Amino acid sequence: MTAEATAAETAARPGEPLVVLDHVDKHFGSLHVLQDIELTVNRGEVVVVIGPSGSGKSTLCRTINRLETIDDGSITLDGEPLPAEGKALARLRAEVGMVFQSFNLFAHKTILENVTLGPTKVRGMKKAEADKLAKELLDRVGVGHQADKYPAQLSGGQQQRVAIARALAMQPKVMLFDEPTSALDPEMIKEVLDVMVDLAKQGMTMVVVTHEMGFARTAADRVVFMADGAIVEENTPEEFFTNPQSARAQDFLGKILKH
Amino acid sequence: MGPVIDNLDLYWSGFLQSLEFILWCLVGSLLVGTVMAAFRVSPVPSLRALAVAYVNVFRNTPLTIVLFFMAFGLPELGINQSYFFFAALGLILYTGAFVCEALRSGVNAVPAGQAEAARALGLTFTQSMRQVILPQAFRSAIPPLGSVQIAMFKNSAVAGAFGIGGDLYSVGKTLTSARGYDYVPVLTGVAIGYLIITLTAAALLTLLERKVAIVR
Repeated sequence: MTAEATAAETAARPGEPLVVLDHVDKHFGSLHVLQDIELTVNRGEVVVVIGPSGSGKSTLCRTINRLETIDDGSITLDGEPLPAEGKALARLRAEVGMVFQSFNLFAHKTILENVTLGPTKVRGMKKAEADKLAKELLDRVGVGHQADKYPAQLSGGQQQRVAIARALAMQPKVMLFDEPTSALDPEMIKEVLDVMVDLAKQGMTMVVVTHEMGFARTAADRVVFMADGAIVEENTPEEFFTNPQSARAQDFLGKILKH
Repeated sequence: MGPVIDNLDLYWSGFLQSLEFILWCLVGSLLVGTVMAAFRVSPVPSLRALAVAYVNVFRNTPLTIVLFFMAFGLPELGINQSYFFFAALGLILYTGAFVCEALRSGVNAVPAGQAEAARALGLTFTQSMRQVILPQAFRSAIPPLGSVQIAMFKNSAVAGAFGIGGDLYSVGKTLTSARGYDYVPVLTGVAIGYLIITLTAAALLTLLERKVAIVR
């Protein structure tokens, strides 16, 4: 079977498992940061992971493209287990888009070069083609007119939208967002969330670690609540926010929703 | 300054010879140091061990011993080249160890998120070093790299004593011992020759630093 045929076939299977975490365990020294995690993210699904600081939600997100290794269990992407290292791992990471809390745009490259680096170096795309793709994506996230500037010349919200465009340029199967709005001023949060809501509407498979309950309510298909390294509760946003089952989730929501 | 003015053509050819030697060593030591710095931070243990051994040997051995080994040790091993070549090789290997460490400090100054973002895009280790880490490491390592290279320029006089042939150091030696000129004016001329090279380099470094500075 050719690679194209495989891609076409998989794209035609919405709702099937794309990312599967099976009995995943991880320790940081004596801290059991991920405890027997079972999580399946289906194609086209938006899963929002929430929970108190230190609950392991960022670590969980980072294990999916192996920026964090795991001690036990398995993680598969589109049916294939994550390679441990080397070129095979690099190839897998190219399929997984990642957006960081601190943007991490390449400081010595222009906005346009930030977006074209992956397509040209990893995918072997021609420069002219990559430039065209990058400009389209930058326009789509509303920073097309900043293409020739350097990251430090942009606001945080603009930088984060560029980071989203950079990840999208690889045409990933799934996008990971690790607290994408936590380093932003309140007025910039909306511009980033708007882009993410659009992406969700277009059917992108997304795993979003966030403290933005509004985003979870409007864009999530499923909310995963973590505390102390374990998944405590998993439900639709409607059910989770109106009728949390666990005491831990009730306590958490009680604290954040009162203000 | 009579002896200098009388022998300006000799000084000029010595100056050019020293400059050529220095340029070879500059390019060579930057290449060796960069490769070793990449090895030093690579995920492959054997490459890391090689780089550590290299830095430990060449950074901690006196330059004169390194040069002696090159000039007299290598011919005994059946490697025959000009003294210019041996002196350049010795000084390149010696300086490369310092370049490696200066660059490593630059690599450490690049925020961890830059490497994570590169890896997350699917760049291999070599690609992320070349495209993301080293370009930024070089920029923040320019001041220590400059000091290392200026030290190398001056060490080229030590290499001159081993017989590069026809360089500024040899000019001083020829004029004082073979032709009997007084030391002070002759060596002042030699010193001026080196100062022209080092002060120009320092000025170029300042310009370079301003030009490539990264705003974070």
